[in-house]
Amino acid sequence: MSALQIKKGSSKHSAYDLRDPNSELIETHTLAVSVDNESGVLARVIGLFSARGYNIDSLTVAEVDHMGHRSRITVVTSGTPQVITQIKAQLERMVIVHEVHDLTVEGPSVQRELALFKVKGRGEARIEALRLAEIFRANVVDSTLESFVFEMTGTPEKVDAFAELMRPLGLVEVARTGVAALARGA
Amino acid sequence: MTRQMTGAKMVVQALKDQGVEVVFGYPGGAVLPIYDEVFQQNDIRHILVRHEQGAIHAAEGYARSTGKPGVVLVTSGPGATNVVTGIVDALMDSIPIVVLAGQVPTFMIGSDAFQEGDTVGITRPCTKMNWLVKETDKLAETIHQAFHVATSGRPGPVLVDIPKDVQFATGTYCEKPKAKTSHYAPRVKGDPEMITRLVELIETAERPVFYTGGGVINSGPAASQLLRELAEATGFPVTSTLMGLGAYPASGQAWLGMLGMHGTYQANWAMHDCDLMINIGARFDDRITGRINAFSPDSKKAHIDIDPSSINKVIHTDVPIIGDVGHVLEDVLKIWKSRGRKINREGLARWWKQIEEWKAVNCLAYKPSATSIRPQHAIARLEALTKGMDRYITTEVGQHQMWAAQYLGFEDPNRWMTSGGLGTMGYGLPASVGVQIAHPDALVINVAGEASWLMNMQEMGTAMQYRAPVKQFILNNERLGMVRQWQELLHGERYSSSWSEALPDFVKLAEAFGCKGIRCDNEADLDDAIREMLAYDGPVIFDCLVEKHENCFPMIPSGNAHNDMLLGDAETQGVIGASGAVLV
Repeated sequence: MSALQIKKGSSKHSAYDLRDPNSELIETHTLAVSVDNESGVLARVIGLFSARGYNIDSLTVAEVDHMGHRSRITVVTSGTPQVITQIKAQLERMVIVHEVHDLTVEGPSVQRELALFKVKGRGEARIEALRLAEIFRANVVDSTLESFVFEMTGTPEKVDAFAELMRPLGLVEVARTGVAALARGA
Repeated sequence: MTRQMTGAKMVVQALKDQGVEVVFGYPGGAVLPIYDEVFQQNDIRHILVRHEQGAIHAAEGYARSTGKPGVVLVTSGPGATNVVTGIVDALMDSIPIVVLAGQVPTFMIGSDAFQEGDTVGITRPCTKMNWLVKETDKLAETIHQAFHVATSGRPGPVLVDIPKDVQFATGTYCEKPKAKTSHYAPRVKGDPEMITRLVELIETAERPVFYTGGGVINSGPAASQLLRELAEATGFPVTSTLMGLGAYPASGQAWLGMLGMHGTYQANWAMHDCDLMINIGARFDDRITGRINAFSPDSKKAHIDIDPSSINKVIHTDVPIIGDVGHVLEDVLKIWKSRGRKINREGLARWWKQIEEWKAVNCLAYKPSATSIRPQHAIARLEALTKGMDRYITTEVGQHQMWAAQYLGFEDPNRWMTSGGLGTMGYGLPASVGVQIAHPDALVINVAGEASWLMNMQEMGTAMQYRAPVKQFILNNERLGMVRQWQELLHGERYSSSWSEALPDFVKLAEAFGCKGIRCDNEADLDDAIREMLAYDGPVIFDCLVEKHENCFPMIPSGNAHNDMLLGDAETQGVIGASGAVLV
């Protein structure tokens, strides 16, 4: 496998699960969890993570099928392969959970996050912020003489990068939605 | 034809439709409408306990001795919080329990009303599923779903929270067959490919062992029968966890005794040295595995479990089989027979020779005492004098529980009720009442320690009220024995708060409750005293004064491997290292 330059544990771009189940390597996975849209469901899922000491890097939830009474929870989590497998099994056995998809191993996926940034400044810094926003395709959704609110969608990495650039230019507040993700293709 | 009725009536109707015969509970403001309906019918018997914790442990005893779900009815607030320990207990030991709790009316929820508690919030992490029913129209369906969830797949506790206005209001009753339950359907049939792989390993294994657990019992009597057939046909040795005792008979040829921290020498050595471990309905609990990285280092491991999250949770499995034990064992037998019933005879013969050597160590031997009753001896005599009787045993938690597991022999499933996973002191007495309610003519004995027993002793009142002739066999060492043992091994014999001072006079206590009290403090009188207990037609509190400083052996100290057991009192100081000391 090394000849093919496929790193063990990074199966993000492979259709096959090449992970070593006994590896101690920490991996980050994006899980899409289809649940009944009922009160307490989110608490049940989050409670599982806190009770068993699993990580939540980001979490989004919203109703996606009103007639079918379903919500989709997208959770980005990290852990060893054994822990990730265990998280999936623990989620799958919950009565309110219909499906669990590990978008990280099931094939290529699109991952997007929406973020809002409030940047305060005057003069050169303000112009620089606007210029960078253009490069990142961020929109100005609010403006005063000494502040902007930028809106941007992108991968978490892109959001991180933009935040880093804005910090010296007067970044005062960030709001992020967390990752929403879908598998590519039909 | 739809039926209209009040929510309270629906509860009783749904219970009847689910075949419920007994409910354990305690009334209060928020469940009065349901109690009013219970009063006006005769199909369902209500057992009034003395504390809600007693209700749920009694329901657990009922469930485990019958294989049917146990039903609990309690009021809001303290009524519900008092059953939380039992709910966690049932979750850990996979016991089907349906708790029906009253709640303040919907329009008062969130207002800090009298006896309001966030019952679904409190019980969410410890139930398989719970529901707050806000509309009477949904009540009956929810109760039917609750029974379905509690009893399907890996069994467990569920809770339905019913506000008082929902009980009073009228709605449409959902008939049992119409309740939507299809979305929760755990897989029961194992993957045939994996089963074939297990059969291949069975055919060639030189040193196999069946490691069976509570899943065999939960799967029903047929699973125990299949296990017996498989063990007999292959000649493979069988050991079991605390939860699985009785699935394979203690008198069986292949029986090695219980395994784990206080398991037998032969069982633990067989687990350590085997080349094929077949885990049937057990979960590699830390009481079983000891040190993980030294756990059965040379074996291939197959694991049959209905819960996918049990697979590879702590121990890596080579052949995972997700399914119901009964279904899987049936297929294992079928495939193994169809391939010519092959086993590795020479290897197996050598293996049994080795096992006989381990058995010869006689790890459960204990020194007789001239001055006091050895607790092991008390249990051994109880076993001898009740053998062959229609007998059910419950226990509390501690040394007496381990001695009961070691010295009593279980021939059938559903005869042994003990709190394994959670280790709930105070479980045994109410559980014994629940068992006796289910089996009025059987002999039901709670093997107890005096400290555990005091935790729910109020339930003797329940036993008296319902004429449940439960026998409370208390091994009284005036100590919290297991705590004391660990303090001796681990904390330099500093016995911090581990003795029972100001104990009641148990004989007088029995008289106060209106039952029989017996005290025995020497071995010469023991048999007669036990016979007297057995002969008495009614509840008995048996105060058996035993040796105060006896330790429970064999023992695998925390953090040690299976082949690193303590067999007796030889040298117990310093056997648990610093890394083991942080474990429990």
